Formats: sequence, C-alpha cells, structure tokens
Amino acid sequence: MKLREWLIAFLTLLFGRVWRRREERRARKRIVPAGSPERRAETVVVILLAIASLFALGFIVTYAMFGPEQLPNELLGICLGMAMAFIGAAFTVMAKKLVVTEELEEDYPEEHPEEQEKVAQIIEESGSRITRKRLLMGAGAVTAGSLGLAAVTPALSLGPIWDTGPLDESPWRRGMRLVDEDDHLYRASDVDEKTFYTAFPEGVDKEDLAAAVVMVRLDPRALHLPKGREHWAPYGIVAYSKICTHAGCAIALYRKPTFAPVEPRPALVCPCHYSTFDPATGASVIYGPAGRPLPQLPLMVDGSGYLRAGGNFSERIGPGWWNVRSQPS
Amino acid sequence: MSTDPIQDPIRFIDERTAAAPMLRKGLRYLFPDHWSFLLGEVALYCFIILIATGVYLALFFDPSTAKTVYHGAYNELRGREMSAAYKSVLDISFRYKAGLLIRQTHHWAADLFIAAMVIHLMRVFFTGAFRKPRELTWLLGLLLLFTSLLEGYLGYSLVDDLLSGMGLAIGYGVGLSIPIIGGPMTLAIFGAPFPGKDIFWGRMYIAHVFIIPLLLFALIGGHLTLVALRHHTQFRRSERQTQRKLVGVPLFPGQAPRSLALMFFVFAVLFLLGGLMQINPIWQWGPFEPYWGTNGAQPDWYLGWLIGALRLMPSFDVTISHFTLIPNPFWGGVAFPLVVLGVLATFPWIERKLTRDHSVHNLADRPRDAPNRTAFGVAFLSWVFLIFAFGAADRILVLWDIGYNTQLYIFRVAIWVVPAILFFVTRRWCRALRLADTIDELHEAAEHAAEYDATMRRGAGEARTQPVR
Repeated sequence: MKLREWLIAFLTLLFGRVWRRREERRARKRIVPAGSPERRAETVVVILLAIASLFALGFIVTYAMFGPEQLPNELLGICLGMAMAFIGAAFTVMAKKLVVTEELEEDYPEEHPEEQEKVAQIIEESGSRITRKRLLMGAGAVTAGSLGLAAVTPALSLGPIWDTGPLDESPWRRGMRLVDEDDHLYRASDVDEKTFYTAFPEGVDKEDLAAAVVMVRLDPRALHLPKGREHWAPYGIVAYSKICTHAGCAIALYRKPTFAPVEPRPALVCPCHYSTFDPATGASVIYGPAGRPLPQLPLMVDGSGYLRAGGNFSERIGPGWWNVRSQPS
Repeated sequence: MSTDPIQDPIRFIDERTAAAPMLRKGLRYLFPDHWSFLLGEVALYCFIILIATGVYLALFFDPSTAKTVYHGAYNELRGREMSAAYKSVLDISFRYKAGLLIRQTHHWAADLFIAAMVIHLMRVFFTGAFRKPRELTWLLGLLLLFTSLLEGYLGYSLVDDLLSGMGLAIGYGVGLSIPIIGGPMTLAIFGAPFPGKDIFWGRMYIAHVFIIPLLLFALIGGHLTLVALRHHTQFRRSERQTQRKLVGVPLFPGQAPRSLALMFFVFAVLFLLGGLMQINPIWQWGPFEPYWGTNGAQPDWYLGWLIGALRLMPSFDVTISHFTLIPNPFWGGVAFPLVVLGVLATFPWIERKLTRDHSVHNLADRPRDAPNRTAFGVAFLSWVFLIFAFGAADRILVLWDIGYNTQLYIFRVAIWVVPAILFFVTRRWCRALRLADTIDELHEAAEHAAEYDATMRRGAGEARTQPVR
C-alpha cells in the first residue's frame, strides 16, 4: 500500500507537469488554425528529400571519382542543381499540402503625430541652457568639415593627384629603333601594304600605354598628311599610337579591302566602339565617337634600312582629359 | 523538471534578449500574395549564392599582375606569359576540382542578380509601389542596383583576360573623361597610366571582395528593414484590401516554405546553369596586353547599355581653347547612367509634384490605373533598351547582316522617336483598358440590378401568397 502511494507520488511528480501542460494545450485557444492531416503529402516530401540526398551524395561521389582534368563539370552541376531542385520541390509540397495557409488581416503601420511632437519637444527643450545656438552649430559644422577633410586626405597618397605628368610621358625619342612583339627589329622593307603591324620602341616596357604604335604602308601618292609631316612617312609607312583616343582600347582592326572594296579606303578601326581613323590623312576621325585623331609618330629609315622614330608623337596619346590637347610642358 | 523541445529554447532566448514579442510579430508578419512580389526575393537568393561561391573563389584567386608562364592543364595556353591573376583563374577552371562549376555559377548568379533587380524595379515602378511612404526603400534599391553594377564590373575586370582588359581600358577612358578632375582622379585610382600600377589590382580586389560587398550588405539590410517597417504594398483584389488594411499570408507557417522553395529553385537554376551552360570561357580569350584587342567583344549584359551609349555618340569633344572640358566618353559612360539614375531617383517626387497627390499609398496600382506613369515608364524603358540593343550592333550585323552604319543612323533616330510613339500608344492603351473595365463594371452592375429587381418581384409575389397569420 505504502509502496503504491510512493509510486503514484513519484509518477505524479515526474509526469504531472507534462500531463498538465498537455491538458492546458488542449484547452488553450489556437493561434494557427488546425488543418487536416495529409499522410500522402508527407510521404511525397520524404521521397523528394531522399532523392535530393541521393543527388547530394552523387556530387560527392563525382568529385571523388574523377581527377581534376576529366572532372565532368556538367555532372557536378546536375548533381548540385538537382539536389537543390528536389529540396525546392519538397518545400513546395509542404507549402501546398502540409502547412495551413491563412489569409490574415493587419493594419498598416500609422504615423505617430504625437510621438513626432514629443521627439521635437525633447530636442528643443534640451537646448535650454544654450544661448548662442548658431555659433555653436557653426563651430560644430566647421569641426566636422575639417575632420572629414582630414580623414579623406590620406586618399591623396593613392596616386599622383597633383602631378598629371605620367599622362604626358612617352618612351619615344628621336632615333629609337622599332621592334615587333618578339623584339625583332623592323626594316622598312619588312612592312607590306596588305596588312598592319604593331611596333614598340626598342628595349622599352611594352605595357606602357604610349609604347605601342600601329604601322601601315600606303601608296605614297595617296598620303595627305597634315602640314609639316611631309617627311614622317618614308616609303609611305606611317605609324600612329595604337591606343584609341576615344576610350583607350587598342586599335586592333585594319580595314584594308583585298577583294572588291566595300569601303573606299583603308582605315584603322578600334573594335570597342568602332572609332575609325584614316591613316592617309594623319589618322583623322572618319567614323565613330572618337574626338581626336590618333597621334602620329614620325618615322625615318637609317642607313641599314631599319625603321627609327623621327621624334615623339605629334600629340598626347590615349583617351581625352582636361589637358590632353595642351602643349606638353 | 520536464523539458519541452519547443518552449525551452524560446524561453532561453527570451530570458536573455526579451525578444519574444518581436519573434511573435516576426512569425506573423504578413506577405500579400502575388507572384510579382517574389522578384526581389529572387535577387536576394542570387546574392546569397554570390557570397557563397565568392568565398570559395577567393580561396584560390591571386589578385596579382606579376608575370608568370603558364604550365597548367589547358594546352592552348601552355608556355604563354600571363598575369598571376589570369593564371589563377585558369587554375580555378582546370586545376581545382569543382572550381569551374563554382566560377560559372558565380558568374551566372551575378548576371541573374542584376536581372532580377531590374525586373523587380520595373514591377515597383509600374505598380506605383515607390510612392509615399516607400520613397526611401526605392532610393536604397536604386543605390543597390548601381552599386551592384560596379561590383559586377570589378569582378569581371579582375580576371585580366583579353575581354576584361578591354573593358578595363574603357573604364580608364571613361574615368579620364570626367570634366576637369577626371585625369588626376583616374590616375590616382590606377596609380599610373593604364594598365596602372601593380597595387591597382589589390585595390580592385579589396573593393570587389570586401568594401562593396559590405556596402551591399548594408544597403540590403536597410532596404529590407524599410520594407518590413512599412509592410508590402498589395493589390486590391477584394473589398478586404484597403489603404489601411493589409491582407496576407503570415511568414510562419504559410510563407516560409514558399520562400524556401523559391530559394532552392533559384539555387537549382544557378547551379544547373553553372554546370551546363558555359559562360565567359576566359581560356578562349587569352591573356590581356594593353596593345591587344579583339572584334565582336561584348561585355556582361548589364553593361551593354553603356557600350551602346558610347558607340552611339557622334564624334566630338567639348573644348575651351586648348582645354578639353568634356571628352566624348563622358556622355555615354557617365552622363547617360547618371541621367537614368537621376530620373529614377527623383521620380517619386516628380510624380507627386505633377499629380499633386501627397497621400499615403499602400495599394499598388495596376499599370493601367496610372496611364501617364505607365506611358512614361514604357517610353523611358524603351529609350534605355534601344541604347542597350545598339551595344550589340556588331552582333546584329553578324546575325542578320544589317550594316553597322545603317544601324547607327536608324538607332540615332529610333532612340528618340520610338519612346515618343510608345508614350502615346501606351497611354491610349491604358485608357482603353480602363474604359473597358468601367464598361464591364456597368454591365455587371446592370445585371445585378436586373437580378435584384427580379428577386424583389418574386419576393413580393411570395409575400403576397403567404398566408397571413
């Protein structure tokens, strides 16, 4: 008898809370309305998740089975993608069949005119001890401004802000020989009429924007170079900066009709925005958005037949900026 | 003590944060039900994939322009001199397992991220969801979009392949073209004339993987907070939905599995694209040198509008004596996107000024409900789209054999004429649709009236025949 009472007391102590709570739960008002069970949908979700897991495992197996060279990217993508797709499908079934979809109403949040006034009041009343408000505000603004300026000043170290000299620099000097990409010297006799060439000053970093020139050979009788450049084109060979004066891409196209010409004359074309320059007239712009001709590099031929620069470019090279047309200092 | 697997953790959290009321409110946050409200979510899920794949890529990418010679798995480039950056992306594609999948998924996610944002923006515009009290949400969204464009451009440029190098050169040219300050500013950012100092790659890298993502996180956080504070707009599909009363499905349990399903479907699409659809095969373009270029180059789609604008401009620089005030690329590369941003950013205030409508709007318009706005939106969109389309003129030439020059002159006229025509056509159409709606309503009302009449008569008859008690 005693033992039974002890046992009941013990069990009550142990499970009473749970029972009570279960009772409470049954009695309390629902927030989320009850829905009918959908055992089939549950099964479908389980199956979909199982398939997703298989694909995920398939990804791991694929990854492990192949070496990096023959690793099939497609299979990896399919495994990972399909795993995601089946998880998505499982959630879709859940959304449609396994959760209660309620349509509830709620008021949109309103403005709080009273609170607005209170906030303003707090701020206004907080200034009761201050007599020269505008002076203090001004001092604060000046301090904030100067500290702000001080904070961004180190950004000036990023690069040569005051000195735009680097934009003027060019490696070309009178007498420099012209080489191709593999550092072979150009002879005038190497330069053919049918194509175009890229040339650099001998012994200079080819990545320098002012280094690369595009070189073509034209019939000397067809040349109409600007005044003062009569001797810049030996044998009709002209050289211009290869960097487009529009936005800085390389002039990588030469429109030189080899069959029945579609266009009347050969032209240098930038493939980025199709700025087109006429090499016979000092690379003047004949089409496209560029605002300046390509700067011309004077050429000469030395006693051994090698091409040499006759000086620096006619103007600054590269895309336009404030000082691009000024006389280099 | 008994334990309860649901209540105990909640109690634990609430006892330490006092957040139970907020949690409860959050779970019962209402989502109005319409498919078009999910477009922003699609963008968010793309962003998640971008972060996840981006972290993986950052473990292998080497942001350095140091010259090295390639000895890797890709035959065609073996023995070629290239930057360490480009080589590391080749290695991600060919050497590290699953690297190509992650890289291509990252690229697809970037393209879809911005596409989803643009479509989301159109939805918000054409339903008037930007109106009071949601102007700030609209502004943050615009900043988000434009910051993402820069983020995408930087990521694309970091690879240092031939195409991205050309893109970066154009960026340099556009930077130089900013009036007066463009030269020194661009020189400062690049550290030297293009291709810039080595340190420039480090600058681009930290901007792409840290500074701008941080900014994007902050903007997304602000955008979503504002959405939640003011709640979604809704369409008026029944009498229950009003300016003051929101009708929707609560986050939990109704909306959560829907959103998760959408999230996993977005993930699925991105990984399937990454696995099955080749994107930006950089090994085919080869490494970049400033003196190299190639024809038929197209950027990622979201920069096409800028290429188009750069190509459409007639040839001129604005000069004052020997100073070049406005170099040509400024128009297409800076002024054009700023005009688009400016028009979109000020639109809520412009519309308010024009319509004198200062009230709060929680109900979304159907496009036909605001014929002027819809007409302007269509015209503006077509303006941007035509300029975008011209960015692909060299591809149109190859595809349909329409001369580039012919296209240039057609487009220079069309970008002004087509929007003007579309404005009037759209406005007409909206008004016609509204008229049709009104006629429908009248018909319905008339039918109702007839029915009501009949019922009344019948009712009266019945009443007459009913025995009087």
